[in-house]
Amino acid sequence: MTAPLLDIRNLCIQFTTENGVVNAVKGISFSMEAGETLAIVGESGSGKSVTGLALTRLLPEPPVIYSSGEIIFGGRDVLKMSPGELRAIRGNKIAYIFQEPSTSLNPVFTIRNQIAEAIRLHRPEVKDIDREVVKYLDLVGIVDAAKRMHDYPHQLSGGMQQRVMIAMALSCEPDLLVADEPTTALDVTIQAQIIDQLKELKARTKMSIILITHNFGIISGIADKVAVMFRGKIVEYGETATVLKNPQHAYTKALIECIPQLGVRRKRLATIDHAALELLDR
Amino acid sequence: MFSYLIRRILYAVPILLGVMVLTFFLFFVVQKPETMARNVLGKRATPQTIAEYLHKRGYDKPRFINREPGQPFYDSIFFTQLQKLATFDLGVSDVTGRDLKTVFKEGAIPSLLLTLPAFFVGFIMAVGLALYLVFVRETRLDAAGALVSIALMSVPPMIYIIFGQAVIALTFNYFPAFGFELSGLTTLKFLLLPVSLIVVMGLGSDVRLYRAIFLEEIGQDYVRTAQAKGVSSTRLLLVHVLKNGMIALITLVVAHLPLLVMGSLLIENFFGIPGLGNLLVSAIQTSDFATVRASVYLGSILYLIGLAATDVCYALVDPRIRLS
Ligand SMILES: Nc1ncnc2c1ncn2[C@@H]1O[C@H](COP(=O)(O)OP(=O)(O)O)[C@@H](O)[C@H]1O
Ligand SMILES: [Mg+2]
Repeated sequence: MTAPLLDIRNLCIQFTTENGVVNAVKGISFSMEAGETLAIVGESGSGKSVTGLALTRLLPEPPVIYSSGEIIFGGRDVLKMSPGELRAIRGNKIAYIFQEPSTSLNPVFTIRNQIAEAIRLHRPEVKDIDREVVKYLDLVGIVDAAKRMHDYPHQLSGGMQQRVMIAMALSCEPDLLVADEPTTALDVTIQAQIIDQLKELKARTKMSIILITHNFGIISGIADKVAVMFRGKIVEYGETATVLKNPQHAYTKALIECIPQLGVRRKRLATIDHAALELLDR
Repeated sequence: MFSYLIRRILYAVPILLGVMVLTFFLFFVVQKPETMARNVLGKRATPQTIAEYLHKRGYDKPRFINREPGQPFYDSIFFTQLQKLATFDLGVSDVTGRDLKTVFKEGAIPSLLLTLPAFFVGFIMAVGLALYLVFVRETRLDAAGALVSIALMSVPPMIYIIFGQAVIALTFNYFPAFGFELSGLTTLKFLLLPVSLIVVMGLGSDVRLYRAIFLEEIGQDYVRTAQAKGVSSTRLLLVHVLKNGMIALITLVVAHLPLLVMGSLLIENFFGIPGLGNLLVSAIQTSDFATVRASVYLGSILYLIGLAATDVCYALVDPRIRLS
């Protein structure tokens, strides 16, 4: 068996704040094979984004301290890398798309220039950058890419902006794409389009994806595995279908209950009893 | 863009009118022309010389509306002033009798020689230092930078001037402490010290302000996106953060740019530089109100130009903004 693409062992992440130390991630472990798609699901504040950003050490240090654990990516511990080595991984091996496409793109540069920046950084051999930019914009379904690439972010709709973010992430052919709530800020119909886009890319490339979301409803059909996070810990991990059909942890059950279903009439959404869950965790 | 500028000029008209009315009240109602004449002519002036003085300048006309039978109603101080300013006829000095247009043209050159270099050097230094402090943010160096900036801000301008003149100019004899000459390298010698003083006086507060603006940008989502692409911290600051921060900076800076023509009241006066700042100070001291009025009027026009230029620059650097 070959080594996994990503292997996280007992990772603990703390924030030092004025009111003391906040444990954001409390000893999580999981591993991913190349080509695998993992969904990290959990309510907001459970430590999903912190985990995702930690993969290339994108959290500002200080206040962040990686108090223990390892993040082995491609055989090397990210937590022991120099700033230069980290930059060589960011965008190149591990790329990101974020929740708010409207603020995540730089407002004063054209989308062409923003994608070109990534290509220039990691693929110096590329001569015809424009052609490459158009290629990736085409890939994510931007019509008339050769013309649209000279647009500024504000000239595009939210869904288009997120497609640009995806194109930018793909432009350096990363091994792993971290999509942190990629559809949360978008309309429902656009959400479905973006998820379909990710599904299609997954089928087309050998890229691994970490899909971070609070919504269990969007992961079936795209994620092979799912990790459920609650208050900085992974409380459940398994094949997506298995977890969805037969959740073990009470928190997972509650989250799955929250998925709105068409045609099913419910008085109100289940509320999550955190105190009871905390006790369960002890 | 063109129609925008036209509109901007139309907006300027009522503002300038307001400035004219206000200065008229200050210089002809609050302060009577007779008082002014007495100030200029001295204690021994007879009623006759005063009347002559007023008549020569047209200050003996009715103040607002001419009700004298047989004379047009607009033959008053108010309307004459209005008409003069509207046609950019600045008139002559109340004291020296010199043509004010020439006086202002002559004064603008030393003023600009002083303020333009001070502005550009100061701006570039402040932006550079602020970016550097953001680069080393939350380290001891950043704290030291804050300390020095606040110290620079806390020292009153007079201390800088006295220090510059007494220590650098007189004790070490590096630079002339006073005077001005418009001839090549000699001019440089006279300007170096005052220009440096203006730069140092403004540096502390500018660095603090610009640092805050850049820090605000550092927290934005697009910065994280750039980092996630693998962009280096230097490029992040010099390309991504600087361009976005400039949008905020431009609004602060460009509006004041045209006012540089008006020079620096304090520095010009202390260093004997015959610029417009100095002109205004001595006009106030000698009750030369024609000069003061013209200064105020020119200042407001320049400020309005600055505001329009701010909008144009805004549209140039920020693709989200269109002038229409
Ligand atoms: N800048 C910060 N300062 C202090 N604590 C933070 C900060 N960012 C995140 N945290 C802590 O980390 C926890 C997890 O945050 P995050 O990973 O953003 O949650 P989410 O699962 O919604 O993405 C939060 O509950 C909070 O306690
Ligand atoms: Mg999050």
